[in-house]
Amino acid sequence: MIKPIPFRLNGKRVSLTTDDGRMLLWALRSDLALTGTKFGCGEALCGACTVLLDGEAVRACSVPLKAVAGKQVTTIEGLAKNGRLHALQQAFLDHHAFQCGFCTPGMILSAYALLLKKPRPTRDQIRQHLEGNLCRCGSHVRILDAIEAVASRKGGAA
Amino acid sequence: MKRRDFLLATGTVGLVLWFPLEGSLQAQESERTAARPGYPKDFNAYLRIGPDGRVTCLVGKVELGQGAMTALAMLLAEELDVALERVDMVMGDTDLCPWDVGTFGSLSIWQFGPVLRGAAAEARAVLLQMAGERWSVSAERLQVKDGVISVIGDPKRQVSYGQLVQGRQIERHLEKVTVKPVSAFRLVGKSVARKDAQEKVTGRAKYAADTGLPGTLHACVLRPPIHGAKLQRVDTGAAERIPGVRIVREGDLLAALHERPDLATQARRVIKADFSHPEAGPDDTSIFDHLLKTAPPAQLVYEAGDLRAGARQATRTLEATYLNSYVAHAPIETHSAVAQFVDGKATVWASTQAPFIVRTEVARALGLPTQKVRVITPYVGGGFGGKSSGPQAVEAARLARAAGVPVQVVWDRAEEFFHDTFRPAAVVKLRAGLSASGRITFWDGQVVGAGEREAKPFYAIPHQRTTSAGSWQGGNPPGMHPFGIGPWRAPSANTNGFARESHIDALATLAGRDPLAFRLENLSDPRMTRVLNQVAERFRWAAKPAPSGRGVGLACAVYRGTYVAAMAEVAVDKATGQVQVKRVVMAQDMGVVVNPDGALQQMEGCITMGLGSALSEEVRFKGGDVLEKNFDTYGIPRFSWLPKIETILIDNPDVPAQGGGEPAITVMGALLANAIHDAIGVRLFQLPMTPERVKAALAHG
Repeated sequence: MIKPIPFRLNGKRVSLTTDDGRMLLWALRSDLALTGTKFGCGEALCGACTVLLDGEAVRACSVPLKAVAGKQVTTIEGLAKNGRLHALQQAFLDHHAFQCGFCTPGMILSAYALLLKKPRPTRDQIRQHLEGNLCRCGSHVRILDAIEAVASRKGGAA
Repeated sequence: MKRRDFLLATGTVGLVLWFPLEGSLQAQESERTAARPGYPKDFNAYLRIGPDGRVTCLVGKVELGQGAMTALAMLLAEELDVALERVDMVMGDTDLCPWDVGTFGSLSIWQFGPVLRGAAAEARAVLLQMAGERWSVSAERLQVKDGVISVIGDPKRQVSYGQLVQGRQIERHLEKVTVKPVSAFRLVGKSVARKDAQEKVTGRAKYAADTGLPGTLHACVLRPPIHGAKLQRVDTGAAERIPGVRIVREGDLLAALHERPDLATQARRVIKADFSHPEAGPDDTSIFDHLLKTAPPAQLVYEAGDLRAGARQATRTLEATYLNSYVAHAPIETHSAVAQFVDGKATVWASTQAPFIVRTEVARALGLPTQKVRVITPYVGGGFGGKSSGPQAVEAARLARAAGVPVQVVWDRAEEFFHDTFRPAAVVKLRAGLSASGRITFWDGQVVGAGEREAKPFYAIPHQRTTSAGSWQGGNPPGMHPFGIGPWRAPSANTNGFARESHIDALATLAGRDPLAFRLENLSDPRMTRVLNQVAERFRWAAKPAPSGRGVGLACAVYRGTYVAAMAEVAVDKATGQVQVKRVVMAQDMGVVVNPDGALQQMEGCITMGLGSALSEEVRFKGGDVLEKNFDTYGIPRFSWLPKIETILIDNPDVPAQGGGEPAITVMGALLANAIHDAIGVRLFQLPMTPERVKAALAHG
């Protein structure tokens, strides 16, 4: 059904008037021109489109806009504050925890959601949490290293 | 072209002529490329020095994750003596960058590296000469530090590259410029930060689908349900009733276009189409017999000695057949392109490993000269050989011309699987003999389907013969493969490596020897011996004939001049057939290493990706349909699969930089097959070694 869909995107109020059955991914990438969120599979099987919805990691390709109305959405574009990288972004950079970079926004946001809930996860907990995020280049070890480095820091991450 | 040829071929010393940079450059480049299908000789094609001293490096290679953006910038910075931070990379733009064959085959450093170094070294020498003339000082009395030339012992006399060049193009060339010796490197050989890091962790990195031209329509192309089916009747009425949808038909292409990608997809879904039903071809179980029946005549790859003499020297003979299935590239970024057609010229942003090949493909499809096509390559979200051409770019260009607006084509995951150019399924038959003392006396190998790379064993075998029939490179009879095939990370070397190293291990078992000792006794190549010894030391390899029940194994390979040896430990659940890889140790000798951390990333990537092709990845198909539609059935490696990975780079300054993106993956199949055999006492002869195949092997002993 076409109707106005108000929500907060990276802290700012936005409202889209469109079919509320459309998926958040396309609203972000096309209607709102925020292309950091990636299309990889379209069926919530790869994690490349992971964003935060009220603090929970969700697959934007499979979340209809009607489920977004009135909520807060955080994308990779909303993570750095005042030009300063988030600790997770800095850790991914320092550890070279990516190659092609296509899965990276989804990886970082999945990790971000984990650390919001559980600031000091173990390596095994990080591994389990990221099981649904696919990386074809094989940066897995470095991704775990990067997240673990942030998680083990005093006071946690987020 | 070898570096030496490149340098000797450059023009003679001439007058200094200044040309404005704007304008004529593109025309010159087109002429150069058209006239000589190789790398341009003029160093200006590869670099520009700005008035601020920043250097723009132009290369036809692309960044698909392998780190070429960083490693090539390092080579240029090293030879030019500028800081790495001052180098800006422009990659894969056919209007701006010098021609290139494509980013594959581990060629970027190994083959193109010397070309770029030569260009930078010549530019540096010319700049030194120009500075010397300014002060009437010979070039030997000058030094360069971070792009600033000064007179040795007289630091007041200094001039920066930027001041010297003043934003213009240098029209002077030198003969016989030498590149730096390895001993003089200050940057190459050190691990540096990736140049693409900032953009990739912030989501600012642009891929083809992020181009965002105003007015772009997203196109969903109508696809046949099975390979070989032809469109017979189509009804687009329901699709056209969706507001904003345009149906565009251009020859055999029919697509639904919409400003919003998801609405274009919705429109395609409601197109009613009837397709013909071609006769069913082979499926994923009958394919191996089909390959043997349809393969072209075998070609001789290598022959030495006399197989019959070798057979007479043998006291034991071992014969086996090794199989591997079709494997998909499955990059997380599907094939994507945006095309714009303005004033008779097409501009295409494409996710591709080969922008110059795509330029030719698009020009041919549109009936245009190549100068009327520009291909721009943003970051590529993984390739692995699967983006070696640009069918999606051709689709976008044809539709953009027909629609009169920019058109974007992004394949969905099912299209990516259906239209992938898979690693070919293959059959490798090996027969080898052992002498009483455990030496391999003969080797008789026949490869069908894969291709010949690394089919000839590198062991010291007096009598041997290897043939190959059919290849990933093409030349196969129609119908041999029921769909597209092509290069997949280290093409054919994966298949041949799996067969060779499995067979070597089986021979070691037959000889009752420890598999490491058996290899060392049958090798005469010191580089291979060294990588094996290094990896054994780190792994703490304890010699024992296999199967020992410990679940340890090893394999080694050479590919593109790079030597790799690896050892692994696995645990096999005999009830479920599940294999968990616990530890992989790998050593690599790739000659001079440009960016060690980059090289290690490639080794780690090969190990991780190799878990998939060894243990789970296979394309199932039936009646022309590719049954893999998404990642729910096609299982690529996940975090829970990870072994402990330990990598060793062997410093070998005596050998020029070799290939690094692919060699390490060629050991993975046999490495795990050998470790599984050591664990359960049964050998698996087919990749991938799925739980079902492990259980079946256990059941049949």
